[in-house]
Amino acid sequence: MIIQTKSDIIPSEITPKEVFNNRRDFIQQAGLGLIAGATGLISQSLNAATLTAAESTGKLAVRSNGSTIIKPYGPHQKIVGYAKTSYGAGEKLSAYDDITTYNNYYEFGTDKSEPAINSKLFKPQPWTVSIEGEVKKNKTISIEDIYKLAPLEERIYRMRCVEGWSMVIPWIGLPLAQLIKWAEPNANAKYVEFISLADTQQMPGQNIQVLDWPYREGLRMDEAMNPLSIMAVGLYGEQLPNQNGAPMRLVTPWKYGFKGAKAIVKIRFTEKMPLTSWMKAGPSEYGFYANVNPQVDHPRWTQASEKRIGAGLFGGRIKTQMFNGYTEQVGQMYAGLDLHKNF
Amino acid sequence: MSKFSIATPSKKQILWIKVCVFLACLIPFLRLFYLGLQENLSANPIEFIERSTGFWALFILMATLCLTPIRLLTGRVWQIQLRRMLGLFMFFYACLHITSYVWLDFSFDWLEITKDISKHPRILVGFAAFVLTVPLAITSNNAMMKLLRQRWKTLHQLVYLIAILGVVHFWWLVKKDIREPLLYACVLAVLLGIRIYYKKRSKHSIAPSTKPPLAKTLVKNT
Repeated sequence: MIIQTKSDIIPSEITPKEVFNNRRDFIQQAGLGLIAGATGLISQSLNAATLTAAESTGKLAVRSNGSTIIKPYGPHQKIVGYAKTSYGAGEKLSAYDDITTYNNYYEFGTDKSEPAINSKLFKPQPWTVSIEGEVKKNKTISIEDIYKLAPLEERIYRMRCVEGWSMVIPWIGLPLAQLIKWAEPNANAKYVEFISLADTQQMPGQNIQVLDWPYREGLRMDEAMNPLSIMAVGLYGEQLPNQNGAPMRLVTPWKYGFKGAKAIVKIRFTEKMPLTSWMKAGPSEYGFYANVNPQVDHPRWTQASEKRIGAGLFGGRIKTQMFNGYTEQVGQMYAGLDLHKNF
Repeated sequence: MSKFSIATPSKKQILWIKVCVFLACLIPFLRLFYLGLQENLSANPIEFIERSTGFWALFILMATLCLTPIRLLTGRVWQIQLRRMLGLFMFFYACLHITSYVWLDFSFDWLEITKDISKHPRILVGFAAFVLTVPLAITSNNAMMKLLRQRWKTLHQLVYLIAILGVVHFWWLVKKDIREPLLYACVLAVLLGIRIYYKKRSKHSIAPSTKPPLAKTLVKNT
């Protein structure tokens, strides 16, 4: 069932004017918003219908922003009715083409241009995520039900890669905390492990053992529950492209990009700190925390500054900020922790 | 006399080969220009230029190092005439590589550059390799060759060290997928291995040997 509800886009609020004008996507969405507004009555009644249907299955969280509708997966499939947030206000968005053609996603090849090409046949639907480990009981949830766990929001986040470049990405997703609440971890759960899909048929890069597949990442419970942590299901108003981690990936903007596990199929709650793929591959280079920190240098790359994608040939570098500029939101979690040791 | 000498090109042909090699060596440079004008240097154009110029510097260096093994294995010598041009093209791409690093990547921020070189072995090794190419480029002309004589040869043996440093620099760049630098390391090992093998053989042959090494005879004949 496809229902279009009023979208909350107020372009002038978040997107810089020149970016907005350049982006067909936004114009189209604004158009959809107008149509939806004009047919508000109809959509409201339809909305109510979805609510009842969903409530009867007991999987719907409270919706403050109306229903979010996600159609079956397809290229450039719009997500309608997500809420805008003030995150990233004033940031200049990275171009859609840059975000979707410059990817570190070794399951589809180690060159950054490869994922966009090699992920074309990847099937993000049907998709289920299994919840296990230190939980009340093991269970699984479909991606469609995850969409319904909480109202989807747009979060414009900076993303800083450990290699010294950064982007600004308008993700759409839901707070990870909502998913964790649904998962019902028990008192022993101190960490959350995210495990990506292992499927050499769909992910040709896994034929080469550059990493120990499947890809694994992890967070401490408080990090996972932090309001900044989201499970992204879309970007730029559309469903997440395969090369960006469809159908669901982790986004923790105060950490280096590799923390963002993509195509997640398993979430495991553990008492002990999980061993992540990159920790295993290079323990001296990649730590569990991987917080963006200009004071802690990487053996290969300077972490004091970064290149912003889209700045052009003569754009130079910008200073990297502590916790990627999110100290206010996350700093307190690391009080008393030696960040040089726990890098 | 030898069957190889049949394949030796005439002076005119060599000139044409030189022109062709010269133009071929310019292609990567022109390609960068072309892609730049098309705004087609990927999402990270600076990194693209750094990688591309670094790649071609290393590639041309490997090509330069192929010329002597070809002589040792086949007895052909005419290709040695391409060595200086290839060596200088390697230097050209190395210069572009370091210029893109100093200018585009670090905007001449010397403090940051110094930190980057001193803190990261990968950069230090690459920087050392570049510094070592400078005297080779300066002494690449005939006048210097005549002036330095035997010392010129010794000096230009630095190229082996430069090649090793270059491959290490590439190896330390990649995070996990070492296939490409591994390929370069193997090629370099073979190229140096052939030299070492022939060097050892020729040392032995100084002893009362009836047969001088095949290659040496051929070189004399051409």
